[in-house]
Amino acid sequence: MEYFIQQLINGISVGSIYALIALGYTMVYGIIKLINFAHGDVFMVGSFIGLFSAKYFASVGFPPVIVLILSLVISMTVSALLGITIERLAYKPLRRASRIAVLITAIGVSFLLEYTGVYLLGPQAKGFPEIINKHQFQLFGSSVQVDSNQMMTLGTTVVLMIILQYIVHRTKIGKAMRAVSFDMEAAQLMGINVDRTISATFAIGSALAAAAGVIFGMTYNAVDPMMGVLPGLKAFVAAVLGGIGSIPGALVGGLLLGTVETEISSLGYSSWRDGVAFAILILILIFKPSGLFGKNVREKV
Amino acid sequence: MTASTAEVLLDVQQASRSFGGLKALSEVSLHINRGELIGLIGPNGAGKTTLFNLLTGVYPPSSGSIILNNESVGGMKPFRINRKGAARTFQNIRLFTAMTVLDNVKIAFHQHAKHSMFTSMLRLPKHFSGEGEITQKAMDILKIFNLADQFDELAGNMSYGNQRRLEIARALAAGPKLLLLDEPAAGMNPNETRDLMNLIAWIREEFDLTILLIEHDMSLVMGVCDRIYVLDRGMLIADGSPLEIRNNPKVIEAYLGQEA
Amino acid sequence: MKKLNKSFWIGIVFAMVLYGVIQILLTTGIFDDVMESTLILICINVMLAVSLNLINGITGQFSIGHAGFMSIGAYVSAILTLNFDVPFVLALVISGLVAALFGVLIGIPTLRLNGDYLAIATLGFGEIIRIVLLNTEYVGGASGLSGIPTQTTWTIMFLFTLVTVVVINNFINSSHGRACIAIRENEIAAEAMGINTTLYKIIAFALGALFAGIAGGLSAHKFYVINPGSFNFLKSFEILVMVVLGGLGSTSGAIVGAIVLTVLFTVLQEYPELRMIIYSAILILMMIFRPKGLLGSTGFSFKKFAKKEAKPSDSINS
Repeated sequence: MEYFIQQLINGISVGSIYALIALGYTMVYGIIKLINFAHGDVFMVGSFIGLFSAKYFASVGFPPVIVLILSLVISMTVSALLGITIERLAYKPLRRASRIAVLITAIGVSFLLEYTGVYLLGPQAKGFPEIINKHQFQLFGSSVQVDSNQMMTLGTTVVLMIILQYIVHRTKIGKAMRAVSFDMEAAQLMGINVDRTISATFAIGSALAAAAGVIFGMTYNAVDPMMGVLPGLKAFVAAVLGGIGSIPGALVGGLLLGTVETEISSLGYSSWRDGVAFAILILILIFKPSGLFGKNVREKV
Repeated sequence: MTASTAEVLLDVQQASRSFGGLKALSEVSLHINRGELIGLIGPNGAGKTTLFNLLTGVYPPSSGSIILNNESVGGMKPFRINRKGAARTFQNIRLFTAMTVLDNVKIAFHQHAKHSMFTSMLRLPKHFSGEGEITQKAMDILKIFNLADQFDELAGNMSYGNQRRLEIARALAAGPKLLLLDEPAAGMNPNETRDLMNLIAWIREEFDLTILLIEHDMSLVMGVCDRIYVLDRGMLIADGSPLEIRNNPKVIEAYLGQEA
Repeated sequence: MKKLNKSFWIGIVFAMVLYGVIQILLTTGIFDDVMESTLILICINVMLAVSLNLINGITGQFSIGHAGFMSIGAYVSAILTLNFDVPFVLALVISGLVAALFGVLIGIPTLRLNGDYLAIATLGFGEIIRIVLLNTEYVGGASGLSGIPTQTTWTIMFLFTLVTVVVINNFINSSHGRACIAIRENEIAAEAMGINTTLYKIIAFALGALFAGIAGGLSAHKFYVINPGSFNFLKSFEILVMVVLGGLGSTSGAIVGAIVLTVLFTVLQEYPELRMIIYSAILILMMIFRPKGLLGSTGFSFKKFAKKEAKPSDSINS
């Protein structure tokens, strides 16, 4: 039982990373019906920017907590700008093009980020600095352990989720996002600046992915230009699992997927871990394509 | 209104359909005899197209039965119902726009194709005879609709009126006993509408068809239909001859109520 | 139909001449071994692109798991020739049929989905096939199989490619192919006109998988080694790019796309570091400025050489 709870805690920590990336997928899909395959690579870029800023601020001699916060803020800001740029340059010209053309562009952008990374930084993994020293905590006097990093992960995720909820439900831009995702043309007729709303969506999604990137670096201590591919796909599975287009869905989907994966690895089937993620994806698509929290849409005849 | 079963082509008993909690059709019963031309009218949102969708299998009825040609077809897939002899057109035209006019009609003949996939892949003689027969029949239909000279045109490039006619031609090509037309005159001017109504009357004779016609405009169907059913808010509120319908207070109220 | 008939035979003659010329160039040594390998690779990619076009371009079912079918063909044929001494061509045919069977098995549950959902599901299946191969000791796990006899010659390759193109093209130009196009154009109307849409989607999927499987077998018997990594999502995507690059929905477009992309990759091989950057930049620019592909969706046809004005009455007498 304690072992199970231990795995659950580890799973939630991995799942938080999936959830943060999945939010970007789900928000972008909700608003322009695009599977943004480059999203996993924005996560990678965010991680590298976090790495560089953490190294710099640590060398200047800032205290660890400040280093962490500054790295997060810088990484999220730069990635948000990157997200906006990608949308403006690559996706916006294709807003009326076929789905397949947009999808290919998205994968093209993904390659461009990955291989530019390989070109500039080399293919080998780089060590991520240990911003905050790891401490282990015993939980409730049992053998269940939580380390400081896992607590930081959960803390950051919760804070970001609260901010996101606030933006989506309490601000003007959040209202505009919900309106555009409901009916783009009607929103436009009501005077909503659709382009700016889409940019904001990309900015928020990319910032969340960057935060996930920093957390990932701190958890696994190594980053490389290809690191975004698999977490990107997994986060997408998480978004579909929760119901694509649904923000709470992305969170629940991410946590669920992280937990399931960790449990499978702990049972000794780690080489099947990715296979299980894709099997979940297919089962969800076949039996409940709207996911856990999504709405059913049917074509009108 | 009793008819012997031999004459009844379509018999709908207590058909209902709801979407979520919303009842789009409740307990609709109607019958159509062979050779009749029946109108189905009602204000917007009355459930006319939903009834068509049940009759052609787009969705199964939530309850009730649909008998076509002495066979229960309720809940059958649309392609099966089509092969049982009911073909339709759509309110919002659904042509294969990137295919030629001729190919649009050929699609409906596919179910009668005598050549298999393998003879086609290997270009055996049977492929050519089968394809030739389909082409011949499709051209014959196009001639009836005065569309033969446009056979090589893309369906999406045709005028609106011709697209409507092509859709009827395509439905006819499936060889139906019952033809269901969903607002065939929508968007046409009075001249085009008159021509279309004449054409419908003519193909009914020529092909020995039974026709169910949805029309939004009441005056339009009065002239051509043998009998008329009136739907309002998912329920059948009247049926009878055009004259009876014209003077039915419930019908007048349904229509006036909508306009008020 | 006469028009199609004529263009068909012009196409066959063109292919024969093409084969003859290349054969002369190869035997006289003007084309070296590297060139022969490139030609074989082009043909493999033509088979993959033309078969995927049947699924994506003709039937309109958005599939991005084609490498999965290719890998099934590659592994089945390699095991048959390595462990069971099955003759090469027979092994190819069996591997194609096994891939087609998988096409049916995967198609039945997934083809009810449409658009993006189908794309994701096929991607998922493609990855699952790869992970299963990765975890199967019998087929060598991550290191895969090696020592596969290199039996794919230029002549065999060309013949299989020709058969693939001819059979798929014949299918497309028949009533059965039209049924597939009708599904792409308007699924609800196709169903209402008596087309068993589920059946035809599965047929398109199975036919596409069949030829992808054979292409996989030919590839395995050319390049001596196979491992699960060579059939990942990137490979599926590469095939999709070929189809879209040439012009989605036209067989000739798929052929052109396969040739262009294979040549591009071969040329870019000289710049290993910039290869993928240039490739991705081309993709993005291509989609922005020419989203319908090089040839557009109508493609190129030998029809233009068969000058006779199209008249439907021809078909009746022919």
